[in-house]
Amino acid sequence: MSLPAIAIANLAFRWRPADAFCLKLANATVDAGKSLFLHGPSGSGKSTLLNLIGGVLLPERGSVSLLGQPLGEMSASRRDAFRADHLGFIFQQFNLIPYLSVLDNVLLPCRFSARRARRVSEPAAEARRLLAGLDLDPGLLARPAAELSVGQQQRVAAARALIGRPEILIADEPTSALDAGRQVAFVELLLSEARQAGSAVVFVSHDLRLAAHFDQSLALAA
Amino acid sequence: MKPLLLIALKSAWNRRLTLGLTLLAITLAVMLLLSGERIRQAARDGFAQSVSGTDLIVGARGSPLQLVLYAVFQVGEASHNIDWQSYQAIAADPAVAWSVPLTLGDSHRGFPVLGTTPAYFEHYRYGDRQPLRLTAGQHFNGLFDAVIGAEVAVKLGYRLGERITLSHGSGQLPGLAHADKPFTVAGILAPTGTPVDRRVHVSLAAIEAIHLDWQGGAPITGVSIPADVVSKFDLQPKTITAFLLGLHQRSAVFRLQRRIADFHAEPLLAVLPGVALDQLWQTVGVVEKALLGISWLVFAVGLAGLAAVMLASLSERRRELAVLRSIGAGPRHILFLLILESLLVTLLGVLLSLGLVSSAAWLGGPWLAAQFGLSTLPLAVSPGELRLLAGIFAAALLVSLWPAWRAYRLSLADGLIPRL
Repeated sequence: MSLPAIAIANLAFRWRPADAFCLKLANATVDAGKSLFLHGPSGSGKSTLLNLIGGVLLPERGSVSLLGQPLGEMSASRRDAFRADHLGFIFQQFNLIPYLSVLDNVLLPCRFSARRARRVSEPAAEARRLLAGLDLDPGLLARPAAELSVGQQQRVAAARALIGRPEILIADEPTSALDAGRQVAFVELLLSEARQAGSAVVFVSHDLRLAAHFDQSLALAA
Repeated sequence: MKPLLLIALKSAWNRRLTLGLTLLAITLAVMLLLSGERIRQAARDGFAQSVSGTDLIVGARGSPLQLVLYAVFQVGEASHNIDWQSYQAIAADPAVAWSVPLTLGDSHRGFPVLGTTPAYFEHYRYGDRQPLRLTAGQHFNGLFDAVIGAEVAVKLGYRLGERITLSHGSGQLPGLAHADKPFTVAGILAPTGTPVDRRVHVSLAAIEAIHLDWQGGAPITGVSIPADVVSKFDLQPKTITAFLLGLHQRSAVFRLQRRIADFHAEPLLAVLPGVALDQLWQTVGVVEKALLGISWLVFAVGLAGLAAVMLASLSERRRELAVLRSIGAGPRHILFLLILESLLVTLLGVLLSLGLVSSAAWLGGPWLAAQFGLSTLPLAVSPGELRLLAGIFAAALLVSLWPAWRAYRLSLADGLIPRL
């Protein structure tokens, strides 16, 4: 448990060399199994940061290391494979592949990552367990994802992000489409499942009221 | 790549309506290409086998194409006739197994009249060495008996026993009918899809008989020999137009051809029908190329439809692709996914059209063969068709690269969060 899940150092990113930097982050660390609340106004570079952690973008300066491995030293396809093996994502909405069933959506990471498939002995059973833990009606499992309500979809997305116990879970405003009463419930369920999976969590939100649920919090400046 | 295959299939199924329409367009286009190719081949084969089993066609010296045109297709005319003695001399050559004399020059309501001998019905072959078959009646027995081809019977509505009169020449000039010596339809031939169908066959003696009171292409004024007395005359022909030869051994064909070319009594020409027909086909081959060109154009339209559908679907699939990216798919997976989809549609289209074309050939082949003189439509895939199919796949792959490349660029630009 010595290596931090995420270590960011002197990060700077801009889309074009002529632009101003849209993201600057001197230092940030998320230890294994810990949770970070990330907030900031629109345009503060939250999405960019998530793309950088996901290894889809590379910074102009500085480095992002996941589990002690600097992403900048990996090839693009190695970063894709690393993402499949060690990261789980939940986005604001439209997380699911609409034509796949709920169960198939949750099992997707196990198809892309042999490591995550190995880490669960019985993928379908694990998917059921996760969905039950996230309070989803088991009767929905065989339904196409497109038929679910937004709240249900977000819970399916959470189960998918957590299957195979990835070391890092990234949630990009996953509660913004939910009504206020359910937001807290969702965050609590998500964090408790993440704790069980041993995943470090980066949670992005505008809603500062949620910050209290997390181990640490970080503000990005505009 | 295996999980992608499943996703590609399910994703395609999810968009089955638009893809189905694209599949229809591709299937129809490939069908057009395939059936065009098969009909072309069958037409070429059928044409090359308008007459088969005949080793040499002999006529007066001139152009080989002209000889084939008048002897096989009854198009145009011979520049000279052949002396009966010359015919007899060559027919007696030890290499010759059989010979069929042909006399042309008369017609019946636009259909050519062919004077010949019963040997014609015995030795004439077409297509895959098929003999002529009668659907009704018999070969000519009486002097004024005629055996008509299938098309003549159908077009003119003739049945056995019908009385017909022949016209001199192509029948365009009035007053040049052999009205005084009518013929009786004694037999009707089965359809062959070859020029045989358009022929009115009569005996050489009958041709001689109707011209007894003629000279220089017109009736002799004041002379009329009634039909019932012609048998008292010598009806041995003096000249014929051409003749067909069958040899004991095919290997002797070039030696005999040379002997005929060197024939001392008059200038003659012998051609191998297969070679000459092939030459003739080359000259009409432009049409065939134009057809193929049109088929490819239709296929290009089908491919453009495929590309349009794929490009249009990209906007609705952008989120789907971003989700796949977040789960660990690389841009090359996205590229693969889209190419796979268009190749799948193309493959399905090709298989469907192969099935449809083959079953159409199987069901409608015999009818087409009889109607249009195509040789039997091939059921199996020919090497030429394999090349065609390879071309179809290469074209589909090339076209699908465009939307796939766009999806690749989009997924690189979008990263994990599509900016819509």
